[in-house]
Amino acid sequence: MEIELHHIHKRFGPVHANNDVNLTFHGGRIVGILGENGAGKSTLMKILSGYQPADSGEIHIDGQRVIYHGTQQAIQHGIGMLQQDPLDVAAFTVLENFIYGQPGGQQLPRKAAAEQLSTISRRFGFELDPDTPCYHLSIGQRQQLEIVRLLALGVKTLILDEPTTGISAEQKQILFDALRELATKDGMSVLLVSHKLEDVIALCHEVAVLRAGRVVGAKEMPATTRQLVTLMFGQELAPQTRTRENLQGRPEAVRLDGVTLRGKRLSVENLSLSIRAGEVIGLAGLDGSGQELLLRACAGLVKPASGRLYLGGHDMTGQSYRQFLAQGVAFGAAGRLEEGLVGGLTLTEHIALITETNTVIDWGRARQHTADQIKLYDVRGRPESRIETLSGGNQQRMLMALMPQKPLLLVLEQPTRGLDVDSARWIWEQLFTRQATGAAMVFSTPDLDELVTYSDRILVFYSGQVYEVKDATRTTIDELGRLIGGHFEEQTQ
Amino acid sequence: MKKPSLGLQVGLTILPIIVSLAITAILIIAAGADPRAVFEKVLEGAFRNSRSFANVLNFLIPLTLVSIGLVVTFTAGLWNIGVEGQMMMGAIFMTWGALNLTLPEPFQLIAQILIGMLGGGLWALLAGILKTRLGVHEIFGGVALNALANVLSIYLISGPWQPPEGGSVRSTVPFRPESLFTVIAPDFSVSLFALLIVLAALVIVWLALRGTRWGLQLKATGKNARSARLLGVPTTRSALSAFVVCGMLAGIAGTHRAITVYESLRPLASGGIGFLGLLVVLLAANRILLVPVITFLFAVIVGGSTRLKIALQLDSSLSGVLQETLVLMMLLFAGVRQRVLTRRDTSSTPEASPSTPAEAAHE
Amino acid sequence: MNEQLINILAGIVATATPLVIAGLGETIIERAGVVNLSLDGSITLSALVGFIAALAAQAATGSDAVALLCGLLAAALTSAVIAFIVALGGITLRQDQVAVGFVLTMLAADIAQFIGQPYTGQLGPQILITPIPILSQIPIIGPILFRQTILVYFSYVLMIGLWYWMFRTRGGLAHRAIGERPAAAFARGTNVNRLRYFYTILGGALVGVAGGAYSLSVKAGWTTPPNMSGDGWIALAIVIFGGWHPFRVALGAYLFAGLRALAFAVQSSPDIGIPVVLLNAMPWILMIVTLLLVSSGSIERLLQILPRSVQKRMRNFLRAEPPAALGTRFDPE
Repeated sequence: MEIELHHIHKRFGPVHANNDVNLTFHGGRIVGILGENGAGKSTLMKILSGYQPADSGEIHIDGQRVIYHGTQQAIQHGIGMLQQDPLDVAAFTVLENFIYGQPGGQQLPRKAAAEQLSTISRRFGFELDPDTPCYHLSIGQRQQLEIVRLLALGVKTLILDEPTTGISAEQKQILFDALRELATKDGMSVLLVSHKLEDVIALCHEVAVLRAGRVVGAKEMPATTRQLVTLMFGQELAPQTRTRENLQGRPEAVRLDGVTLRGKRLSVENLSLSIRAGEVIGLAGLDGSGQELLLRACAGLVKPASGRLYLGGHDMTGQSYRQFLAQGVAFGAAGRLEEGLVGGLTLTEHIALITETNTVIDWGRARQHTADQIKLYDVRGRPESRIETLSGGNQQRMLMALMPQKPLLLVLEQPTRGLDVDSARWIWEQLFTRQATGAAMVFSTPDLDELVTYSDRILVFYSGQVYEVKDATRTTIDELGRLIGGHFEEQTQ
Repeated sequence: MKKPSLGLQVGLTILPIIVSLAITAILIIAAGADPRAVFEKVLEGAFRNSRSFANVLNFLIPLTLVSIGLVVTFTAGLWNIGVEGQMMMGAIFMTWGALNLTLPEPFQLIAQILIGMLGGGLWALLAGILKTRLGVHEIFGGVALNALANVLSIYLISGPWQPPEGGSVRSTVPFRPESLFTVIAPDFSVSLFALLIVLAALVIVWLALRGTRWGLQLKATGKNARSARLLGVPTTRSALSAFVVCGMLAGIAGTHRAITVYESLRPLASGGIGFLGLLVVLLAANRILLVPVITFLFAVIVGGSTRLKIALQLDSSLSGVLQETLVLMMLLFAGVRQRVLTRRDTSSTPEASPSTPAEAAHE
Repeated sequence: MNEQLINILAGIVATATPLVIAGLGETIIERAGVVNLSLDGSITLSALVGFIAALAAQAATGSDAVALLCGLLAAALTSAVIAFIVALGGITLRQDQVAVGFVLTMLAADIAQFIGQPYTGQLGPQILITPIPILSQIPIIGPILFRQTILVYFSYVLMIGLWYWMFRTRGGLAHRAIGERPAAAFARGTNVNRLRYFYTILGGALVGVAGGAYSLSVKAGWTTPPNMSGDGWIALAIVIFGGWHPFRVALGAYLFAGLRALAFAVQSSPDIGIPVVLLNAMPWILMIVTLLLVSSGSIERLLQILPRSVQKRMRNFLRAEPPAALGTRFDPE
C-alpha cells in the first residue's frame, strides 16, 4: 500500500499547523515522523487517520484519490492510528473494547472475538486476558490491545503517536519486534511519531521532519542523533548536562523514617529515605507503580499510614498540604490546567492567590507583580488574560512563575510531560536555578534519559517495591529499563 | 474578530423575553383567560396601592437576601438547593427566640435575627459537611435537608410549640409586638431596617467577592478546586464558608418571611423563595449587581399575581411558570448566541459560558 | 408465609414500580453521559397530562383500555419533550445540564399546578391487576410478583431488557461508551451526540411512563398538591445508590418502597410509639444515608473490615463509579 499526501493544509485560527505538506509512504517500511512540539506532526497524522479533516489537499492511496470522514472510514481504507493515550473505554473489559467498533449484528460474538484476540496477541507475544477490565491494564497493555484491535479491523497502515512513553523496556522490545514484523512480513506501513530519537534510530527505515507546519527534510536511515537534531531544529543543540556538586555536609532537607503509604491499588511499605539540600532524586517506574504516592507524600497530599516524615528537621507527619507549603515545599502536578492552574482566572488573579496575603487584595500591586513575572518568564500573555487562552508552553512558564523562588523542596510530577526538547530544557534551567539556592528536588518522569541526566540518585518503583540506584551517573538507560520491568534481583549493588 | 451587528446582539437578548412571554400567553389562553387582562391584573396587584406595593417589597426582601447568598455559593461552584431548608431553619430558630426570649424592644428583634442567622448557617454547614467531608452531592443533600426542615417545622408546630388553646396545627401562637419589625406606616407595612439589611448585605458581599482574598479563593475553588488546592487555597474551608454565608443570609430571609407575612411559624413558611433565588442567580449569570434588578422584577410578578386568583380564577403558580420559562429561555438563547457568534468567527474556540456555575467543588 | 405479609410485599412491589421505571429511565440517560435533573417535575407533569389524556380518551371512546393507553402515551410524550429540552440545552446549546434540568423541574411542577386545579379529586380510569395465568399460582412468589398490573410486568421486562442491552449487545457497548469515553466512541464511528439525544429522549419517555403510573395506577387520580412530588428526587438518588446498574437500581427502588411501607405500617399502629415526625423524616434520612454509603470513602472504610479475599469481590460488586463522562460535553473536533 502506498499513501501520498498532496498539498495538505490545516489552520487552527492564526496557526498554520500544516502548510502544504507533501509526503509519500511506502508499504513495508517504518517511517519516523519528527518535529518539535507544535511542528504539526500530530495534526498531520490525525488528518491521515480521519480524526480531523484537512482544510485542503488530497490523499491518494495506491494512486487513487480517497476522501474519508471520520476514523471509521479511514480504517476502511486501511489506515489506523494508535493515540498516545490509547482511546479505549476504561470501564470495558479487554474483549468488549476489542469488539466495540467492529461491524456486525447486535449479538456479541464473544467466542469468535476472543479467539481472534488471542490469535493476534499470541503472534506478537502480547498478554491480554479478555475478561480483565481495562482500568487494570498498564499503558503498554492498552497499546497492545489497540494494536490488536486495529489489526483485526484490517489496517494496513499503522500510525503510532509517542508509543514508548510510559512503557517498560520489555514492553518496548515486544512493541518494536511487533512493528518490525508487521513492516517486513506483512508489508505494512508503520508511521512512528516520536521525539525520542534513540527509538527512531533503533526502529525506522527513514524519517520525515516537520518544522512549523512544513516538511523540512527527509532522510534514509541510518542517521546519528546529531544529524536528526540538526534536521529538527535547524541547528545543533549541545546536549544539556548537569554538573553535580559534592553534597557532603549539606543539611538534610527531607527525611522519611519507615514510612508506609497506602494507595488504591498498591502500597509502599516501610520506606526510609534522606534527601540533602540541593540533592536531586529521580523517581522511575511505570505509571502507578508507587512513585506518585511518594511524590504526593513529600508534598503532604498523601498522609503516611505509618512512619514519620521530616522537612528541614520539623516533624511534618500527618500535617496538611498547606502546612507543607508553609514549610517551603513547592509541588508541580503533571496536568497543567487540571492541576496547578485555574481555568477562568486571569494571570493577575493567579499571582494574587500566591502573593496577596492580606484580607483585602491590592489589585494594583498584584497587577504590577504579574507584569514583572510575565517579563521575567517571557510569558506571552497579558495580566488580564485568562489562563486558558495561553498556549501550553506559556501555561508551563506561568506555572514556573507561580513557584516559590527559594523552596526547601521541589516536588515535581513529570515536569516536562508533552514538551519538546527545547521547552523541556527551559524548564530544567528554571528548576536548577532553584536547586542552586539549596532546594532539594524529587521528580518523576517516564523519560529515562531525563533520569540519568539530571538525578543524583534514582529510586525505581515496581508495584510498590523500591530499588535505589545510589549513583545515577553510573547507571544506563538499559539497566533502568530492566529495573522498571521489575528485575530487581538481577542487580548487584 | 468581527463584532456581531448591534441588531443581532439586541435581538438575541430580547428574543428570550418575547418567547417566554408568548409561551406564558399561550398557556393563559389555553386556560381560557385573556393575557392582557392577566398583565393588567398583575400590575394592578403589584402597584394598586401602598398595601400591595408593601407586599411586593416584603417579597423582595427575603428573595434578594437568598439570591445574594446564592451568588456566594455559585461563585464557589456549589448548587445550594438546600437554601429553601436554610430559610426554614432560620425561621424555626428565630421562632424559638421569639417564644423563649424576653428582651427590651430593639434587642428582642435583633436577637431573633441573629438566632435565625445561626439556624440557617448551621443547616447550610450541615449540607457543606455532607458535601466536603462525606461525599454527598449538595443537590441531593440539599433536597433531603429541605424536606427535613419542613418535617421539623410541622413537628414543632403540632407538638412542642402548639398554641396553648390547642387545636391549630397550622401555626404557632402569634409573636409578641417586640418580636416584630417596626413598619414604616400602618398601610405600608415595610421595615426600613430590613431594607437596610438587604442593602448592607448586597454591598458587603459585592465588595468581599471583588476585593478580598476570601472572594478570590472562593472563585478559584469554584472554577477548579483541585488546582486551587495545589495553589494553597483552603478549598474545603472556602466551600464551607460559602455555605455558611449563604445559610446565614437565608436565615435572615426566613426570619423576615415568618415575622412579616405570618407573625408566627407556619409549615412551608419559606414559600419557594429559596428556589426562586436559584432562578434569579441563574438569570443574573451570577453577576451580583444584576440581582436586585431581577429580584424586583420577580417580586412584582409574584406580588401581582396574588390578584389573579381573585380576579380571574387563575392559579398564582402562573407567576412561577412565567419566571421559569424566562430563565429557561435565557439559558437556551445564551447557547444560541454562542453558536451564532462562533459561527461568524470560526477562528475563536468557543469558551465555556461564564454564566453557568462551574462544576461543584470536589475534594 | 402468612397472607398479610404476602399482601404487604405485593404492595411494596406495586408502589416501587414507578420508582423502578423512573430510575431505569434516568439510568439510561446517565449511562449515555447526560444528567436529567428534571425528574421530579417531569414525573408530576406527566402524571397530570397522562390523567387528563386518559379522561379525554375515556370520554371519547368509552373504553378504559384505550383511555389508559392514551394516558400512558401522553405521559411518556410529556417527559420525552422535557428530556429533549435537556438534551437541546446541554448538548447542542452547550449550557449547564444541571441548570437546565433544575429550571425544567420547577417549570414542569408549576405548569402542573396551574392546569391541574380543575382535575383535583376527579375519578378516572385505573390500571387493574392482571394476574399472569400460571406464574401467579406459584406459592408466595406468584402473588407477590405476578398478581400485579401490566406496568409492574413492564418494569420487570424493562430491567432485564436494559441489562441485556447494556451488557450483552453491540448497541449497548456504544451506549455505555458515549457515557464513559465519548472520544473513544467517536474514534469507533459512533455519532456521540446523536446517540445521546436518542437515549435522553428514550429515558425521558420512561420517566413519563413512571409519572403515568402514579396517576393511572398507584395513587390513581390527581391531588393538589401532587402526592408524588419528591419521588423524582428519590429516583435520582436511587440511580446513584444503584451504581447505574439496572438490577441494583431496581433493588434500590424496592428497598426504598419497603422501608416507606414499613414506616407507614408503624405509623398506623400508634401503640408501637415511634413518633410520627421520625417517620416523615425517614425517606429523607434514608436518602442521605444511602448516598453516604455509596460515596467511595464510606464503602472503602466498610470494606477494610472484611477479610481480604472477600474484599475484592465485594468491591467489584459495589463498584458505583458514575459514568466517567457524566454531565460533560463532547465536541467531535
